[in-house]
Amino acid sequence: MSFGLGPQEWQAVQLSLLVSLVATAASLPLATATAWLLARRRFPGHGLLSGIVHLPLILPPVVTGYLLLIVFGTQGAVGGFLKELGIILAFRWTGAALAAAVMAFPLMVRAIRLGFEAVDPKLEQAAATLGAPRGWIFLSVTLPLLMPAILAGATLGFAKAMGEFGATITFVSNIPGQTQTLPSAIYAFLETPGGEGPAMRLVVISVIVAMGAVLLSEFLARRMVRN
Amino acid sequence: MTLSVAFRHGFPGLDLDIRFDAPEGVTALFGPSGCGKSTTTNVIAGLLRPDSGRIALQDRVLFDGRTDLAPQARRIGYVFQDPRLFPHMTVERNLRYPSRWHRGAARDFDRVIELLALGPLLSRYPATLSGGEKQRTAIGRALLSDPALLVMDEPLAALDESRKAEIMPWLERLRDEIRLPILYVSHSVPEVLRLATTLVLMHAGRVTHAGPLSDVLADPQLAPQLGAREAGALIMARVEAREADGMLRVATSGGPMLLPDLDAPIGRLLRLRILAHEVILSRDAPHGLSALNILPTTVLQLTGGLVQLGLGRERMLAQVTPRSVAALDLRPGTACFAIVKSVSVLPA
Repeated sequence: MSFGLGPQEWQAVQLSLLVSLVATAASLPLATATAWLLARRRFPGHGLLSGIVHLPLILPPVVTGYLLLIVFGTQGAVGGFLKELGIILAFRWTGAALAAAVMAFPLMVRAIRLGFEAVDPKLEQAAATLGAPRGWIFLSVTLPLLMPAILAGATLGFAKAMGEFGATITFVSNIPGQTQTLPSAIYAFLETPGGEGPAMRLVVISVIVAMGAVLLSEFLARRMVRN
Repeated sequence: MTLSVAFRHGFPGLDLDIRFDAPEGVTALFGPSGCGKSTTTNVIAGLLRPDSGRIALQDRVLFDGRTDLAPQARRIGYVFQDPRLFPHMTVERNLRYPSRWHRGAARDFDRVIELLALGPLLSRYPATLSGGEKQRTAIGRALLSDPALLVMDEPLAALDESRKAEIMPWLERLRDEIRLPILYVSHSVPEVLRLATTLVLMHAGRVTHAGPLSDVLADPQLAPQLGAREAGALIMARVEAREADGMLRVATSGGPMLLPDLDAPIGRLLRLRILAHEVILSRDAPHGLSALNILPTTVLQLTGGLVQLGLGRERMLAQVTPRSVAALDLRPGTACFAIVKSVSVLPA
């Protein structure tokens, strides 16, 4: 089951899949909640929150990675506290997942927010007049109508996480078997004489994963429009 | 069961101060677009919190500033202008949606399906329904939430004329078969005339009049609010006999009238709509006219171009020019004859 890949290449592919899945799954609920806040609530600081959410999309990834290192490094404010609890993020695969999650977050929020804006609040009002409590209205009306957008957001986020490079390499470095994700591995192979072969194989895998994600996302978006 | 409404609410550009009572039967909220009708229904249903006021259904307070029941707790079935069916559910699941919270709904299911002829639609999705079918489903769904009051906010406004004609009999059936007070928002005079028993006239955030429909229609100050062409009275009549030539003789409080061939059994109550511009006045008993219905009346009041006439216990309106008023020397108390050119009949 190595598809002609060397152990280091295979490790990078496996690690990237793990990191991206964890990053997507962990940030999806938070992204949904944030999208709901931005789409449905008006409050002081609405614009500021929107700005902060979008920051990783605009900042150079190296800057995001460096900020993560300052905050979540073992000497950092949050990182120091987590270290007391036995959780270390810097230079670990969990840190790579955090970096990927932060970078993918704005894309997921954007997709899901569009979904919230497409769900007519009048339907929720109608459900309320029919006697359904708020929580049930969300589960029975809002969430099913939102599902295509959530899936599209998750797909986009996963693809972004698979390709994340700058913040990851700054925050968790490029340690084979530990923190070397697919893009980091390609970068490392290209730096090594004779590494073009493995690099090209990983490039092909990257293209396949990215295309698959985009096609899936398109398909789900089209389904949402039909609804 | 009486719905009592009194509230104030400020919008930029419109201050609402609404108060009226809606007794049993169909109460129509009538007024031009933007006068606050939908705001009023939203306040009643609990979808909008007014600045102040009191909303009560009989003894049950829905809102009074201290109490503010959630829409879920008000037991008000709301049929919106757009049907608001859940697009991801079949008609049947839409109809059964309220049954999780309302015990009675499962019991009424078959009756509502039968009443609105929803059987053939049950497995379809809302996207495949016609406008009329969607609105029928929405009405059924509201009925199945076991409501104490049904609020309908221009349920026919989004439909074309033939769809309206398709839905109207269902609404009449609803009024006659399900003993439920209905608040019906409309700016269509024909709908109000067919359905309403009580009329609440609204203008620019105020209630200008509330009372029985026939009172409003016979009031020369209020009738113009329904539109000049629509001014005219509604009077009750009972079918008495069928004449040899097929004409139907009916009794009104102003005397007998003859109606053209009409399929109505003896004893049936009818509402007769007599438009003001279909009535001609004469000081003397006219002779040699083709008109069949000539009723002795007394002038009660004159306003603008409308004359209010007493017809036994009932009132009717005639449209006259100022020159005719002067020529006939019409004033309150004048006895004269009303020549009715045409009458339309509405079921009572």
